[in-house]
Amino acid sequence: MEFALTEEQQMLQQTTGSILADLSPLDAVRKYAEGDSSASSEIDNGLLELGISGLTIPETYGGPGLGIMEAALVQECLGNAVSPGVILGSTLAAIAIEAAGSDVQKSEYLPKIASGKIHFGVAFNEYIGARDNTRLNFDGSMVNGTTIFALEAEQASHLLLSDAEGRLHVIHADAAGLTISKMKTIDRTRCYSEVVLDNVVLDPLSAETQGEKTIDKTVAAGRVMLAADTLGAAQYMIDAAVGYAKEREQFGRVIGSFQAVKHMCAEMAAKLEPSRALVWHAAYALQSDDDEGVLLACLAKSHLAEVGTFIARTATEVHGGMGFTDLLGLHFWFKRIGANRQLLGGPEKVRNEAAHLQGLIDA
Amino acid sequence: MDLQLSPAHEEFRDTVTNFLIEHKAEWPGGGAGMRDTRRLQWQKKLIENGYAARTIAKEYGGYGAEPDILKSRLIAEAFAKTGAPPPTANQGISMLVPTLLENGTEKQKQDWVAKTLRGEVIWCQGYSEPGAGSDLANLRTSAVLDGDEYVINGQKIWTSTAKEADMIFCLVRTDPDAPKHGGISYLIFSMDIPGIEVRPLVDMTGAANFNEVFFTDVRVPKDQIVGEPGQGWRVANSTLKHERGMLGNPNAAKARLISIIELMKAETIDSERLIDSAVFRDRLIKLQAEVYAMQANGMRVTTASLKGESAGMAGLIIKLQGCELNHQLAGLANDVMGELGLLFGNTPRIRDRGSWQWRFMYDLGLIIGGGTAQIQKNIISERGLGMPREPKPGPNRVGV
Repeated sequence: MEFALTEEQQMLQQTTGSILADLSPLDAVRKYAEGDSSASSEIDNGLLELGISGLTIPETYGGPGLGIMEAALVQECLGNAVSPGVILGSTLAAIAIEAAGSDVQKSEYLPKIASGKIHFGVAFNEYIGARDNTRLNFDGSMVNGTTIFALEAEQASHLLLSDAEGRLHVIHADAAGLTISKMKTIDRTRCYSEVVLDNVVLDPLSAETQGEKTIDKTVAAGRVMLAADTLGAAQYMIDAAVGYAKEREQFGRVIGSFQAVKHMCAEMAAKLEPSRALVWHAAYALQSDDDEGVLLACLAKSHLAEVGTFIARTATEVHGGMGFTDLLGLHFWFKRIGANRQLLGGPEKVRNEAAHLQGLIDA
Repeated sequence: MDLQLSPAHEEFRDTVTNFLIEHKAEWPGGGAGMRDTRRLQWQKKLIENGYAARTIAKEYGGYGAEPDILKSRLIAEAFAKTGAPPPTANQGISMLVPTLLENGTEKQKQDWVAKTLRGEVIWCQGYSEPGAGSDLANLRTSAVLDGDEYVINGQKIWTSTAKEADMIFCLVRTDPDAPKHGGISYLIFSMDIPGIEVRPLVDMTGAANFNEVFFTDVRVPKDQIVGEPGQGWRVANSTLKHERGMLGNPNAAKARLISIIELMKAETIDSERLIDSAVFRDRLIKLQAEVYAMQANGMRVTTASLKGESAGMAGLIIKLQGCELNHQLAGLANDVMGELGLLFGNTPRIRDRGSWQWRFMYDLGLIIGGGTAQIQKNIISERGLGMPREPKPGPNRVGV
């Protein structure tokens, strides 16, 4: 038994972290947030050179054959740097296509994801839970309607779309009748898209494994990655708060020597550290097809939502008035954690699913 | 990450499990007293088979196995899974024994370790005083050398099992002129010496889980000191480390969670089961996530220990988070029972023998005891995050 990251996994995080420090400093994030998308393509190219596109794709399809664990570790680095870099969409598409695509679909899409030739956005709200006036109508090989909060769709060449029953479909981003437009949100470090579909042609994943099992594993992987993103972002906020408290002086001493401030920092660390182990456990269980994998993903997602919210608020308070300014940029992390909380299911919704999975709710 | 067990460890787990299933009926456990002969026989059997006092040398009454933290963990899990009565756990075994093994003379080890492990000698811990709680080094119970004996005067508090104990391990001030951490010594002596008075201290649960202990001219032979005079603080710190390891165990939280799910399935309001209430279910799953997080954290700490590495922050937070989580779980169980949860003592309609109210209160005691939550936060911020200590207001003297 060994519950720890391997040396390779630690190196992956170090390398990713240092590439992001070069390519995705706060200045680059600001540029992206102000609408300059050149910043994000530089980051994506950097990540591509690392071989990070399609981490889970087997070697037979040109990928590195790693797991959801590695994808989560990279996502944690992206969260730590509030980087606009994208790996979530393609990772989830690769997991779904590998599980439920036909041989033709696998050969068509997986090698191109691995080489970075194509990139996927994902839109699962029709399955996870759709708000009014954002429904999709699937009719044979065509789809009509609107779906919102598609992830990583702006940079995508393809979209992976789910219907209400969880069947998955590939569409081309340049297909006739498809409009992708940017949604304005509090989190400007990533893009969220509204997708309008007017008789758009579908390529449904066609293996017999299509259905609930595949969508549930795919969504669970997405939830673990978002939990990891919050983990990285929250760790940054703790580090920033502790660093600030050790330097800022009031009443003739650094504020980090006041117990009121120290205890805020200790509470943040005490809540985040077990969360890290939970994210690792969820990623590991999911990629090993453990019975509890999907449940653990629900627990990790909802728990990191709560812990992240607490840390985003507390770390900002430790910074006093400076934490509230745009100058310091801490708000980018605050908002990213706030966005992760809601994406792919907010905590109440996800906990309800966790109860279902354990048979605690009469069907 | 690899959560599979090696074949050797799997075999070990099965051996322990089978042993416990086969023998657990020999002593049903439960409320039997500390000196119940069946308890002592059970403990003896566990030691002989290596399921208690496992890594303590044979010459001191242990089993004498090489340390293997994973095997220790498998043993603990096997006890939880089979419901076999666990090995005797008390402050003598968890704190005094490691302290003597680390700091005692050969004679002290020979005299006390084996008897303590077998449960034949019961110890109590004389650390805290009315004026020395979180600031333990402020203790004032004095021990003055008179010929070959120390003469002890003063008072201890929060002394659990003082009424039952044969012996006490006790911190006393042997040098009132030394700086406060430097004048302390660690003595072990019999609770039967004239001049010792034990008064039960009734706590909020209604029971006397603790006592006050008063010393009036208590005479103790001077060779019953552990370590050198003035080294008591260092000696005691080696045992506090062991105490904090005992508190906040994640297996206990997991067991509670399972009981609460059963309770929520059994309890109804207007014929609706509590498990069918979305509000209560949400609270349950919220705590379940914390239980799973603490369990995963425990596996991480175990792995670090196996490699001989420090677990760092993952280890520092266990007492704070683990005790708080147990308290929250008991609070949820109380709310699930609603008004029925108020019933306490031997009374009709009571659920789970009133244990949830008792735990809810007792857990608060654990949050305070063994280093308060606030002291834990100081430790986490200073040792874990490298933040500065609170500056001292004045000269560092006893009683200030």
